[in-house]
Amino acid sequence: MCAATATFQGSEATIMNNVAPTPRVGAATAAPLIAFHGVSHVFGTRPVLQDINLTIGKSEFVCMVGPSGCGKTTMLRMVGGLQAPAVGEVTFAGKRVTGPAQEISFMFQDYSKALLPWRTAAGNVSLALEANGVPAAQRAERIKDLLGKVGLAGHAEHFPAQLSGGMQQRVQIARCLAQEPSVLLMDEPFGALDAMTRQALQDEILRIIQASRTTVVFVTHDLEEAIYLGDRVVALYPNPGRIAQVFEVDLPKPRNQLTTRESPAFLRLRRALFDFIREGEA
Amino acid sequence: MKLLKALVLPVLLLVVWEVAMRVSGIESDSLAMPSQIAVAFYEALRDGTILRRTAETLRAALTGLAIGGGSALIVSIVLGLIPAAARLAQFSVEVLRPVPAVALIPVAILTLGFGYAMEVSLVAFATFWPVLIYGQAAIVNIEPQLLDVSRVLRLSTMGRVTKVVLPATLPRYFVAFRLATAVSLIVAVTVEIAANPLGIGYELMTASQSLHPDLMFALVLWIGIVGWVLNGALLLAQRRLLGPAAMVELAR
Repeated sequence: MCAATATFQGSEATIMNNVAPTPRVGAATAAPLIAFHGVSHVFGTRPVLQDINLTIGKSEFVCMVGPSGCGKTTMLRMVGGLQAPAVGEVTFAGKRVTGPAQEISFMFQDYSKALLPWRTAAGNVSLALEANGVPAAQRAERIKDLLGKVGLAGHAEHFPAQLSGGMQQRVQIARCLAQEPSVLLMDEPFGALDAMTRQALQDEILRIIQASRTTVVFVTHDLEEAIYLGDRVVALYPNPGRIAQVFEVDLPKPRNQLTTRESPAFLRLRRALFDFIREGEA
Repeated sequence: MKLLKALVLPVLLLVVWEVAMRVSGIESDSLAMPSQIAVAFYEALRDGTILRRTAETLRAALTGLAIGGGSALIVSIVLGLIPAAARLAQFSVEVLRPVPAVALIPVAILTLGFGYAMEVSLVAFATFWPVLIYGQAAIVNIEPQLLDVSRVLRLSTMGRVTKVVLPATLPRYFVAFRLATAVSLIVAVTVEIAANPLGIGYELMTASQSLHPDLMFALVLWIGIVGWVLNGALLLAQRRLLGPAAMVELAR
């Protein structure tokens, strides 16, 4: 297992908190980039998160899975600075998260509501550059690069309504990258896409991430997607949301839609995760 | 063809009206035949009365609309984006809004006297509310995720308003302003009829009091045409200006 992990360059930082179901701060071998310290939260009177402790290392790809109501999106919003925890704190690079930051970008699930419908693909990417204060003269070039990176070079002047769901999510990826983030938070980004598009985008995101060594926290319903993408899979229990177990994913990289998904290690993990989730529902 | 169909009913009614009056031979101080109305209209148009009076009315109505609607636009953005401010203002809005602008005519005369100032301020009062209420509702109904996007991207408050809030609500603001334009014309003419010696309303009142039903009906017809043209111009502007945003609204 160790040999498999070591084949991925620079993965040392990702090997941490191997077994502990709720890892404590300080157990990490490298300084954690993102950390939840005893986070609990309620919506009205309904508890949604209970005593969450979790650390995420630099360049790590962490997937969060669990049934609806387990608070995985709420956790993501806390890292993104969109939601403050009622109890405990979330830290980024050692500092408490108090609001959105330039280093942290957020990709929303519902692409039809995350892009400005009155702006073209280029205009939507431009929004992130405008917010970051990139001078107008430099924007066109950057937009061209970014759209090229996500395979939308020929669609710069199309409005979101003229693009397919997969293409709209690509625009959102480009907009996130325009922010030049060190952390990418993704809230079920491929949940609404068809299977083929979804697989293409999974590989796309892995390729982009690998080049920039961006840290990713990825929320999904899809257990196989979680294993395929993640260095670690955090499984949550619902009502209130708790961390149930953390699975290490020791699959070689780069991953491949066919060979990775057919490998015994992938199937073993898939089995373990499915059994675990079924137990949780029982 | 469409226009022809639309004209069938009004033309038929006018013919019936004309024939009925000629056949019955009614001599009336309160009714006029369409042919007499047409003549009076032509006369008033030729000597410049109608255009001068229309300019007066439109000047008051549109100035009032700009002041009332414009300030409502700003207030609605503030109230729409800051829930605490909306709660603070809610009571005052609910108390002031139902006051008919017409009820304020005596107040306006007393404080401002006759003339443009009082008419403009009454139109401003009347047009403030529809734009405020529609605008506030439009902003509250913005897709919350779009606001999340603007937060995650860390847009400045100004950037958030100009790049997300206003484009997202522009179609609804257009509807609000179309409504407010109709209100502005109604209030301006009402104020003129009731008190102010200005505009079409005053001319209409004079025609009625001096027993000129032909001119009176001609002016009523003219007010209808003015309102129709104004609304048509705004509709055209909406289609032209909104472009992709209008497309979005249509797609919904």
